[in-house]
Amino acid sequence: MAPSLCAICKIGRAYIKRPKNHAKLCKECFIRVFEDEIHHTITSSKLFYPGEKVAIGASGGKDSTVLASVLKTLNERHGYGLDLVLLSIDEGITGYRDDSLKTVMNNAVQYDMPLKIVGYKELYDWTMDEVVQTIGKKGNCTYCGVFRRQALDRGAKMLGIKHVVTGHNADDVAETVMMNLLRADLSRLSRSTSIVTGDDRSEVKRSKPLKYSYEKEIVLYAFHKKLEYFSTECIYSPEAFRGSARSLIKQLEKVRPSAILDIVRSGEDMARLVPGESPSSCACKGQKVTSAAPAEDDIGGCGSTNGRTPGGEMAAMDKQLRENEEYAELEVDVAKAISKPKQAEKDTEKVLPIRSGTGPSKGGRQVLGQCKRCGYMSSQEICQACTLLEGLNKNRPQIQI
Amino acid sequence: MAPEPDTMPISVDFLGGLETLFSNNPHHTISLPLLNPSDSSPANVGFLISHLVKNHLKHPRTEFFVHSDGHLTPGILVLINDADWELEGEEECKLQAGDKVVFVSTMHGG
Ligand SMILES: [Zn+2]
Ligand SMILES: [Zn+2]
Repeated sequence: MAPSLCAICKIGRAYIKRPKNHAKLCKECFIRVFEDEIHHTITSSKLFYPGEKVAIGASGGKDSTVLASVLKTLNERHGYGLDLVLLSIDEGITGYRDDSLKTVMNNAVQYDMPLKIVGYKELYDWTMDEVVQTIGKKGNCTYCGVFRRQALDRGAKMLGIKHVVTGHNADDVAETVMMNLLRADLSRLSRSTSIVTGDDRSEVKRSKPLKYSYEKEIVLYAFHKKLEYFSTECIYSPEAFRGSARSLIKQLEKVRPSAILDIVRSGEDMARLVPGESPSSCACKGQKVTSAAPAEDDIGGCGSTNGRTPGGEMAAMDKQLRENEEYAELEVDVAKAISKPKQAEKDTEKVLPIRSGTGPSKGGRQVLGQCKRCGYMSSQEICQACTLLEGLNKNRPQIQI
Repeated sequence: MAPEPDTMPISVDFLGGLETLFSNNPHHTISLPLLNPSDSSPANVGFLISHLVKNHLKHPRTEFFVHSDGHLTPGILVLINDADWELEGEEECKLQAGDKVVFVSTMHGG
């Protein structure tokens, strides 16, 4: 095949075919347009203010590495005036983080950014290795995700930083939208599709500047910019359901590349129908960029993914929570929501009745409070991390060697 | 390494976690037969993939690389001399001695 020319500069040879619009671009124009689109997302969503201190949740993986590189570039090019810091979590999985933390350390030098590493051991007195020894490999991603969620926020708090950005990309968001649909858990859609979670009441705000960036383009950006990143599957393998959603997304992309952004947009549109939720979107579409969702409920996935997959594997979590009598009230709520008369559904035209599926999340907006144990922001009396820790601590004596 | 007769050297890289399927080595130089023995057609990327599966894939979980129909698992990008294989005809893309083919998984953690 004769090489095509770049659709933008008409001079360079095309090396990239963009999944969103099939545009054929040369390396330089691709890198520029990839950065420009993230700049557009940042400015139109008003993600940052001048002088803001921002922690980049850094795992050493492709997404957070590209995020750090792009933010550094844009911060300098457009004079955002951001004070950028790399924040890494050490889950305490023997051998797993050694290489990825090395990568983050190299990134810190390359990008000239300070690095803070926070360990699960230091935060929870449990490493993931110890968790797996106690509960086995099944469901451990839930623990990892819940702990990680707080770890980034607590690490940020330690550094006096109120804004954490993560490398969640369009594929991650699409995957989570699919999972929420498949679980009939529309109440989570808003959180999983918002570009920002947490608001003025939260101590730490979260955002995902790569929300509209295709995973394929993130990988290509890293490849053509020769960025160093680390890739390995978490050795405590990810849950089957998320894996299935992921391959489904990838298969759809193969047939129809625009499907990924279409799912993200559909997720945003559906989230708007959920009572009490105000999903964010690109501000040029005229939507308000807020979300009242408590950050803690946006559960990350497996340890390999920088918490990039909100939604979490809820089945194991459910079981755990059911054992906890503090959740008796919630159980009643779920039962009530499910047994809602069919007629009510027919009568409601604009506002969809939300069933809680199998997850512990309640329909609509959740009331934000503080965990009675640790003081962390939570919609429940006891936050998810403390609930999981309680179960773990009960079982600890049995497994100590 | 002297090339075997009727083969050509192809540089093959496995990135993004795929290297774990190929002896944990991201960089390979392989000797690819000039012709696909099944139909004597000139070697293309589709033939390279089946050749890699048959001779180099040292991992029981072959589905991380190819599906049972022999096609590459979705989520793996292929770059032929740095260009997206979608621009080069994908599996139909003919290979020449010294070509550099990169397989990179987008599926591994971020
Ligand atoms: Zn160009
Ligand atoms: Zn707590």
